[in-house]
Amino acid sequence: MVEAVKPPPLYQVSDLRLSFPDMARKSLFGAAPGIEVLHGLSFDIARGEVLGIVGGSGSGKTTLGRVLVRLLQPTGGQLKFDGQEIGALDEAALRPLRRRFQMIFQDPMSSLNPRRRVGSIIAAPLKLHGFDAVSRRVDEALDHVGLPRAFRHRYPHELSGGQRQRVGIARAIAMQPEFILADEIVSGLDVSSQATVLALLEDLVRDLGLTLAFISHDLSVIRRLCSHIMVLESGRIVEHRPTDALFDSPQSDYTRTLIDAIPLPDVDADWINRD
Amino acid sequence: MLDARDMVKRRLGLRLWLSGGWLVLLLLAALMAPWIAPHDPLEQDLFTSRLPPFWMAGAEPGYWLGTDSLGRDVLTRIMYGARVALIVALVAGTATMLIGAALGLIAGYYRGWPDMVISRLIDIWMAFPPVLFAILLIAVLGTGLTSVIIAIIVIDWTRFARVVRAEAMAQGAMDYVASAQVAGQRRLGIMLREILPNVLPTIVALLTLEMGIAVIVEAILSFVNLSISTDDPTWGGMIAEGRTSIHQAWWVLVFPLAALFLTVLSFSQLGEGLKDRFDPVLR
Amino acid sequence: MSAFLSIRNLSAVLKGGPPLLRSVSLDVAAGEVRGLVGESGAGKSMIGKAVLGILPRAVEVVEGEIWLDGVDLLRLKPTERRRRIGATAALIPQDPMTALNPSRRIGPQITDRLVDILGWRRAAADARALELLEQVHIPDPARVMRAYPHELSGGMRQRVLIASAFAAEPKLIVADEPTTALDVTVQKQILRLIAQMQARHGTALLFVTHDLGVVSKICGTLSVLYAGKVVEDADVRDFFAAPAHPYSAALLAATPRYTDPKAGLNPVPASVIKAVDAEISAFDRGWRNG
Repeated sequence: MVEAVKPPPLYQVSDLRLSFPDMARKSLFGAAPGIEVLHGLSFDIARGEVLGIVGGSGSGKTTLGRVLVRLLQPTGGQLKFDGQEIGALDEAALRPLRRRFQMIFQDPMSSLNPRRRVGSIIAAPLKLHGFDAVSRRVDEALDHVGLPRAFRHRYPHELSGGQRQRVGIARAIAMQPEFILADEIVSGLDVSSQATVLALLEDLVRDLGLTLAFISHDLSVIRRLCSHIMVLESGRIVEHRPTDALFDSPQSDYTRTLIDAIPLPDVDADWINRD
Repeated sequence: MLDARDMVKRRLGLRLWLSGGWLVLLLLAALMAPWIAPHDPLEQDLFTSRLPPFWMAGAEPGYWLGTDSLGRDVLTRIMYGARVALIVALVAGTATMLIGAALGLIAGYYRGWPDMVISRLIDIWMAFPPVLFAILLIAVLGTGLTSVIIAIIVIDWTRFARVVRAEAMAQGAMDYVASAQVAGQRRLGIMLREILPNVLPTIVALLTLEMGIAVIVEAILSFVNLSISTDDPTWGGMIAEGRTSIHQAWWVLVFPLAALFLTVLSFSQLGEGLKDRFDPVLR
Repeated sequence: MSAFLSIRNLSAVLKGGPPLLRSVSLDVAAGEVRGLVGESGAGKSMIGKAVLGILPRAVEVVEGEIWLDGVDLLRLKPTERRRRIGATAALIPQDPMTALNPSRRIGPQITDRLVDILGWRRAAADARALELLEQVHIPDPARVMRAYPHELSGGMRQRVLIASAFAAEPKLIVADEPTTALDVTVQKQILRLIAQMQARHGTALLFVTHDLGVVSKICGTLSVLYAGKVVEDADVRDFFAAPAHPYSAALLAATPRYTDPKAGLNPVPASVIKAVDAEISAFDRGWRNG
């Protein structure tokens, strides 16, 4: 009965591994040897949690994200979503589950089909999953992200970067998912739109009770939004703790280096020579 | 205010009008040839042989562009030749596009073994010299309009396949494809509904180019007497005949050549014009 | 005039189209580091390009002066202008992945300018390149000289580009978002390196960036741009203590602060945008009538 009080985590990940075939070392015949990108990651994401995933380029953060929404198939370990093992499912078996985990992409220019209008971009996944009242849902999604309903008739290239990213968010939330993966969604935006998009995401997480994984290279952006932070380096978890604890007393040198490298907007003559 | 993009658009508009206008004119002439052509294309009359075009001394009324050495009316024969040229352009061009683009799309989006097979096929095809290949094919199939069309399809599908494959591959790497996959879209659906619309402008541009090429190939084949029967007028056949009397009657060579040139140019300009005009991303 | 670079009332338009720069004036003294801050489309890169004479063809300068080392560049003939700029100024570009020619070795890409334009002897140019690669802390510089760009990491390539920019001892360097494409830890190293090189060579630096955090760490003065107009020109200490223009204040409040998460990342209020847009329209009206 004690179990019933605490719901199981939305994601349970243990010893998750992924290797890519190394085409450079492939022999003429036979399979290419693998390069391991994720070296056995284990962690949970609780329902309602906002998890920040941080690391430099080559840390494996983007790869991990793509495994979580099963754009990539792990080569080892367990990946449980809501108690169900999804790591080995094929595309057909995944299809009914797909509505429940959505993704917002880094580059809204590339993630919105340039030859479709905004309305059709948001409606396409809804139709695919047999939602009723698609048109009303598109309007509601646009309302949610603070875009005028008339925007459904526009093409992506007619929007600003921040507006495009909101379309990406609208497309994801329209599906009423339980989990959203946001991959570097503000890194291409100006500071003013960055702040706006983050504030929007903060509201949506609270209002819709979303579980969110937010991938970023920028710890200062993550601090504002996330309750927990996972720091990755070279495909390994170096630290995974509640946000405040991590900032107050970083336990790994790598985390400390990452935090110290952020240039705060304050004049500080010594910063640049401090290690 | 007149902004720079308007200027570009206006110029493209003119290009579209000129090339489209010529092609429409040609299409009408071809369709209506039996009714509006001034003469019978095969009618020979040695009394009217090598008449010059209308503005030169010695021209006869009714023979606007002059006559050839057998006394056949050049304008009439160009109009009838346009029938062959346009049939080849439309049928061969469209069929080449359908086959080439489909294979290119599959290879570029699905990758894996379909790509292996199609790419190897393209490599092998590219190793054949195209004109020799065409002549060989006609030799096997026999002459005739159908053979010419089949030869063009068999040789030229690789042009579409190569370009469309590369384009589909580039589009396949875009996040909107990943996004459709996250949404649960099937592979075939992604290919047709997400990728195809983005490759379509390229396909249209290639199609018009291919139509121009088909006209040239037909002309070359009739020039070497491998197209349709020698009696029926074709531009290539006229050019071949005109070549022999270039010093006595230049117009027999120059007018069909000009028609060929304008047609091929119009096809390629039409493609560019359509692309710039109707692509929502460029517009 | 003590400024080494002095831009006076520079206005530029997209040919037959909207204004891109609206009467921009700014100075960079010898040895000064000036930040040029603004959001995308504000015209900050355009100013850098105008100084280096590499404006896109579609952009037309309609008025103004660009004084570089006592000469107004805009009055020179194109060949003379290029020669002049080549001898006094250099660029550190944004994207280290595309700024180097992938099919040529690193060495010649650094020495080209020295040999072809400044007439150095090959051996002297090579020695100079080696010395600079050492100054930017590249391990085994002799090997890197012979390497191709793809053999180096992004951070290493940016070091090569910095070395290359300083090679001919320019008196002015325009750095166009030089750390935007880099990881935050690499960014810090590169900023440190640019600061060290700038101090060592006494170069004037025009540092184009969207990141106020970076400006606070490397610049002495800054100009804030909005819609191609300078809305604030200040000393960095004064600016970060209290920005004078409401738009710059809003920009600063939108910049994230990990030390105080509630203080940073505030969306720019619509009222601020409205006010600054009104300011721009008023300026345009005055410009058209005057």
